[in-house]
Amino acid sequence: MENYVIIGNGTAAVSCIEGIRSVDAGSPLTVISAEKYPAYCRPLISYALEGKAKPGNMDQRPADFYEKNGCEVLYGKKAAGIDPEKKTVTLEDGSSLPYTKLCVAAGSSPFVPPMTGLDTVEKKFSFMTMDDMLALDAAVTEDSRVLIVGAGLIGLKCAEGLADRVRSITVCDLAPRVLSSILDEESAALMQAKLEEHGMSFLLGDTADRFERDRAVMKSGKTVGFDVLVLAVGVRANTSLIRDIGGRVNRGIVVDTHMRTSIPDIYAAGDCAEGYDASLGANRVLAILPNARFQGECAGINMAGGERTIDNAVPLNAIGFFGLHCLTAGTAPEGCEVHEERGPGKIKKLYTKDGVLKGFALIGCEERAGIYTSLIREKIPLDTLDFELLKHAATTAAFSGKERRRKFGGAV
Amino acid sequence: MKRVYVNEEWCLGCHLCEYNCAFANSGKSDMASALKGKPIFPRIHVEGDERVTYAVSCRHCSDPLCVKSCIAGALSRGDDGVIRIEKTRCVGCFTCVLVCPYGALAPSEEGVMQKCELCLSNASGEPACVRGCPNRAIVYEER
Repeated sequence: MENYVIIGNGTAAVSCIEGIRSVDAGSPLTVISAEKYPAYCRPLISYALEGKAKPGNMDQRPADFYEKNGCEVLYGKKAAGIDPEKKTVTLEDGSSLPYTKLCVAAGSSPFVPPMTGLDTVEKKFSFMTMDDMLALDAAVTEDSRVLIVGAGLIGLKCAEGLADRVRSITVCDLAPRVLSSILDEESAALMQAKLEEHGMSFLLGDTADRFERDRAVMKSGKTVGFDVLVLAVGVRANTSLIRDIGGRVNRGIVVDTHMRTSIPDIYAAGDCAEGYDASLGANRVLAILPNARFQGECAGINMAGGERTIDNAVPLNAIGFFGLHCLTAGTAPEGCEVHEERGPGKIKKLYTKDGVLKGFALIGCEERAGIYTSLIREKIPLDTLDFELLKHAATTAAFSGKERRRKFGGAV
Repeated sequence: MKRVYVNEEWCLGCHLCEYNCAFANSGKSDMASALKGKPIFPRIHVEGDERVTYAVSCRHCSDPLCVKSCIAGALSRGDDGVIRIEKTRCVGCFTCVLVCPYGALAPSEEGVMQKCELCLSNASGEPACVRGCPNRAIVYEER
């Protein structure tokens, strides 16, 4: 009989529960949930601001999920430490829980760099959790001038969610372009133009030097007046529980392809973990929902004595604003060949190296993009298919007849 | 489970399956009023070139990437193995389009995603693409 404990209650935790229960139906399982809600679809918080998703309809699983899976959930509790010798998890309230197999699925936290005068700002928010969203939702009015610090995925989705609800939105970022972690200059400019069409203003290559209650003085000397401030500079993996006990930590908690950390019987999954990225050929934090799902399930299966590995994870991002969608996957490695196609409101870039597709960015041409993604994940040699055809359109017609019959001829 | 398969050597590339699909899912009783003069949004599409054609629809994978990747919990796999999308939960983020290796999901007329659900819950009751295929290239069977 095992005694499972999961620290965290997000996507990776839910999948970890399912992974465990696919192998071991009976052993006790405890979930330590810092947030007071059953696991919800975190990326929906921007859609909730917009009114496209409703807090009551954002749960990841049906209401009886935990009960059906024999889980005890400790809501509003935070893990303070792990004792790997005694095999216990200590909570902030001083109590402790024994485990035989532990999964750290603690997610990530907003990173707020020290900024002068931040304490003088009354209405300031992060944008990571349901409570962040609800607080921001309650704080904005039709007259609000909103300043968002950070033009990444979180900052911009927040901006889209607020677009029709406030007087003005200004987004600033130290990077010279929007979505700098996933897009090059040209692609970023296309996305930025779409956001500007909807009234947003940008201050790029510039950042707030200091705050004075209701205005920000930028490095460039410009000033921006605001009523509501959103801090979306970046996130950091929650690694301290493993770092504190001498486990291997880099940007995230380092895991192998079984999701094992460097400490026996402790696994990690989701945004806090740093696993193998097949497009990069090295470990990297892939803080995206699909990855949390794959890793959580993998960790759970292995914790319960099953066998699962993940060696084909790649970065994936689907982000869209006001109907213009941008899909990216994999990486653009140094020295790669770039295959480009452009049209009005449309950019396609495919990155190849060593005879395989390594990554892509598609804006305004999302049709059947998953066919490209499968080439990256499965490392399919491009000389076995009609790559000229694929450059133009994502189609399975580019595969050999044999491969096509394998894909479509039987159950998968 | 029974799935839709296409024998590509028999597929004529006539696109009739696309029309039958769009009609079956239109909720209307008359094909002309459902489809005539409008762009159609079928859940099956014909691919190929001058040498070979075949229709592609959801494979109802046993380990579905779309279900696992959905950020809204809109996609699910039922006990019958059928993968369904709850349109009221879909926010149209395109993550499923980004991960499906078969290109089987696409936006509906309303902008949220749609996919083949084997016509099990519309008026057709069985895959309309199969029933209407003039050369019986599309079949619905256990493999």
